[in-house]
Amino acid sequence: MAEEKKEKKPKIPKIPRQPMPEQDPHERARNFNEVTCGFTGELSDNEALRCIQCKKPLCIDGCPVSINIPAFIKKVAEGDILGAAKVIKESNLLPAICGRVCPQEDQCEMLCVVGKKDKPVAIGRLERYVADYEAVHGKFEMPEMSPKTGKKVAIVGSGPAGLACAGDLIKWGHTVTIFEALHKAGGVLVYGIPEFRLPKAIVERELDYLKKIGVEFRLDHVIGRIRTVDELMQKDGYNVVFLANGAGLPQFMNIPGENLNGVYSANEFLTRSNLMKAYKFPEYDTPIKRFKNVAVIGGGNTAMDAVRTALRLGADNAYIIYRRSMAEMPARKEEIEHAGHEGVKFIMLTAPVRVIGNEKGWVTGLECIKMQLGEPDDSGRRRPVPIKESEFVVNLDAIIVAIGTNANPLVAQTTPGLDLNKWGYIVVDDEKTCRTSKKGIFAGGDIVTGAATVILAMGAGRSAAKYIDEYLKTL
Amino acid sequence: MNEIVEKKVWWQDAPAIKEFEVKAPWIAEKHQAGQFVVLKVSENGERIPLTVSDKDVKKGTINILFQEVGATTMTLGRLSKGDKILDLTGPLGKPTHIEKFGTVVCIGGGIGVAPVHPIAQAFKAAGNKVISILGARTKGILIYEERMRKTSDEVRITTDDGSYGRHGFVTDELKAMIESGMKIDLVVTIGPAIMMKMVCKVTEPYKIHTYASLNTIMLDGTGMCGACRVTVGGKTKFVCVDGPEFDGHQVNFDEMMARLRQYLDEEKLAREICQKNTCGVR
Ligand SMILES: Cc1cc2nc3c(=O)[nH]c(=O)nc-3n(C[C@H](O)[C@H](O)[C@H](O)COP(=O)(O)OP(=O)(O)OC[C@H]3O[C@@H](n4cnc5c(N)ncnc54)[C@H](O)[C@@H]3O)c2cc1C
Ligand SMILES: Cc1cc2nc3c(=O)[nH]c(=O)nc-3n(C[C@H](O)[C@H](O)[C@H](O)COP(=O)(O)OP(=O)(O)OC[C@H]3O[C@@H](n4cnc5c(N)ncnc54)[C@H](O)[C@@H]3O)c2cc1C
Ligand code: SF4
Ligand code: SF4
Ligand code: FES
Repeated sequence: MAEEKKEKKPKIPKIPRQPMPEQDPHERARNFNEVTCGFTGELSDNEALRCIQCKKPLCIDGCPVSINIPAFIKKVAEGDILGAAKVIKESNLLPAICGRVCPQEDQCEMLCVVGKKDKPVAIGRLERYVADYEAVHGKFEMPEMSPKTGKKVAIVGSGPAGLACAGDLIKWGHTVTIFEALHKAGGVLVYGIPEFRLPKAIVERELDYLKKIGVEFRLDHVIGRIRTVDELMQKDGYNVVFLANGAGLPQFMNIPGENLNGVYSANEFLTRSNLMKAYKFPEYDTPIKRFKNVAVIGGGNTAMDAVRTALRLGADNAYIIYRRSMAEMPARKEEIEHAGHEGVKFIMLTAPVRVIGNEKGWVTGLECIKMQLGEPDDSGRRRPVPIKESEFVVNLDAIIVAIGTNANPLVAQTTPGLDLNKWGYIVVDDEKTCRTSKKGIFAGGDIVTGAATVILAMGAGRSAAKYIDEYLKTL
Repeated sequence: MNEIVEKKVWWQDAPAIKEFEVKAPWIAEKHQAGQFVVLKVSENGERIPLTVSDKDVKKGTINILFQEVGATTMTLGRLSKGDKILDLTGPLGKPTHIEKFGTVVCIGGGIGVAPVHPIAQAFKAAGNKVISILGARTKGILIYEERMRKTSDEVRITTDDGSYGRHGFVTDELKAMIESGMKIDLVVTIGPAIMMKMVCKVTEPYKIHTYASLNTIMLDGTGMCGACRVTVGGKTKFVCVDGPEFDGHQVNFDEMMARLRQYLDEEKLAREICQKNTCGVR
């Protein structure tokens, strides 16, 4: 028993950070429904009161699209939720999505002053509450539309960068067509991030809105194949092309046995499950295997999504194998915690060496080696170094590789004169203007920065829209 | 778009062989020999790759020919003239590398004859002497004979049961040609993986360059997932973007065949459900 402290400072009764209601971990680890349930009205009222309405709100600096955070929270506190939604939508077209998937602890909430003494204001959760409320109670309103300019813009890719760019350009009177390679629009939001973290109905809602305000979607169009970028301009009369084709090329580990059956890229595993709904096989035709012992290699959001999907497909043992330690994992803290509660096992400071298979070509295990942290590397994180003769084997029937992605070279290869950096990402003269080395061609999102975040891609899309609009005025 | 303007049934008995002519002007215009499309028949459907076997740029149509081996191809086969294919993406993959080599032998096994057809056409147009070997289980299921005769200088046929042409496999015919001293500059082979493997085995000792068009399992067909990966010359390649054609002597066919068997159980289940007539109506 702890001794009672003698002197206790008299405290003003403070409102603690409001907890997010969520599905029971044991239950949710077996279903694909959303993990978190969202704030109730009461929780959001309480949380909104925690914001002290700073004169110099640092939180705004932490938000890549500079949402006027105190202003929207004030509206929430006043009970004007639809008004709050208006404030948010001035800066962020996809609040229901960002409120769910932004790494808030590294962005807006990291700088919130309340966070210095207590836990920061739950800005993301409030944003989500507002957006979800608006979806139910708000009415579709045609935004103010400028008269038609007669200028045509082609957008390649329908992820957050492409969608955000389209949303602005259409309002400014331009004709906008989005070309998407897959049969569904949304980019990573539909093929990568699982239903239990971002319900697809929410993405659908945002897409519907864009369709309603006049954005044309051409699905099943792989640019570089059915049309090159040059052809879009010369043949189809687009004045500008905005490249928002993402960083969708999966990296593998280049270790022996990697092409054995049962080794997947996270992209494949997640695409089967999310885009193709293979978790509903055979109601849906695309199959996915329900493995019992699964390891996911990597420590990012993609790795967490993959391992939690494997769990939901019925794995008894779902592991994360990561070469650094828990503290260095780049995934959102909340997702790491959620994964842990659901029963994911973390094997830290461990790197894969070799995939072991049987005579039928299926995975049976993974040979790994233990690592220790050495000197800091370029990224400032301590570099993992293998410990000699520390190899061990994990018995597995599936391995999912989630160690990052590269730029898909298809567009670049078919667009002569487009400058790329040494990793194949498109070079822009600055991340604001999004201008590439080729006249009339702009680029933004993951295809410029490498795999980043939804909000950064969206921000790039909006920034590009501004400079595209300026450019179109000069034509 | 994607409307089926013509349907032809090549073979009625299971597994049936059918051909569609589909309205897809943009694809027809850009398609080159060796490229394929990915299609999806229904909302709940799977994405599957099929090669463009012929086209009519003026009409804006492409042809696809397929064998009803599983749920998706069976659902596809139930569509009729006038129906639309829900999703159709293409052209995908790298076009065949076409130049004047001299004598090119084009080998199609089973329905592999259809995908080899545009390639034979392109080699012919580039001034090569094209000799085609068409293989079938039996005479009745031989497809595209007429079209192949039109685009080849010579057509040779083999059937497993001896009902037409040489009694034997395409490899028997190829071997006989090589052993007769015929100068062959290039071999192109499309068909079941095992057939392509055997063709490559025949040409390898003679150092006859051989293209094999690989038919791995695919998901997106755009280089995003890696489901289609194969080992070629010790390196991992993605068939949908680096292929579908590769130097056959470098391909690890055994690995590829193992990977093709990944979903046998699920495919069987899906096929059974389909045969109970519940697919295609969703
Ligand atoms: C599994 C996973 C989980 C993630 N979790 C989070 C998270 O929690 N929080 C967060 O902020 N970020 C997360 N991210 C990152 C975030 O999703 C991306 O940074 C963001 O989606 C990038 O947006 P984008 O518009 O640049 O590209 P994408 O979303 O990648 O969209 C690109 C689109 O372009 C299409 N395309 C590609 N090539 C062509 C072509 N040739 N022709 C036509 N179309 C083409 C693609 O099919 C795709 O639809 C996650 C990413 C993944 C993969
Ligand atoms: C680039 C490319 C081009 C192709 N072109 C054609 C074509 O022109 N005509 C055609 O009929 N088929 C073609 N295929 C094969 C075709 O994609 C498969 O037959 C199809 O995916 C089967 O789908 P399903 O759902 O009907 O059968 P499934 O239930 O998926 O499979 C049923 C049976 O077919 C086998 N199978 C599965 N996938 C393939 C495959 N990719 N190749 C060979 N066998 C497979 C399975 O092992 C199983 O025995 C091509 C494949 C590729 C990769
Ligand atoms: S968009 Fe993201 S960073 Fe900006 S306020 Fe919302 S949660 Fe924070
Ligand atoms: S920093 Fe925190 S307390 Fe201050 S305005 Fe922003 S959210 Fe409110
Ligand atoms: S099918 Fe997905 S990468 Fe080739």
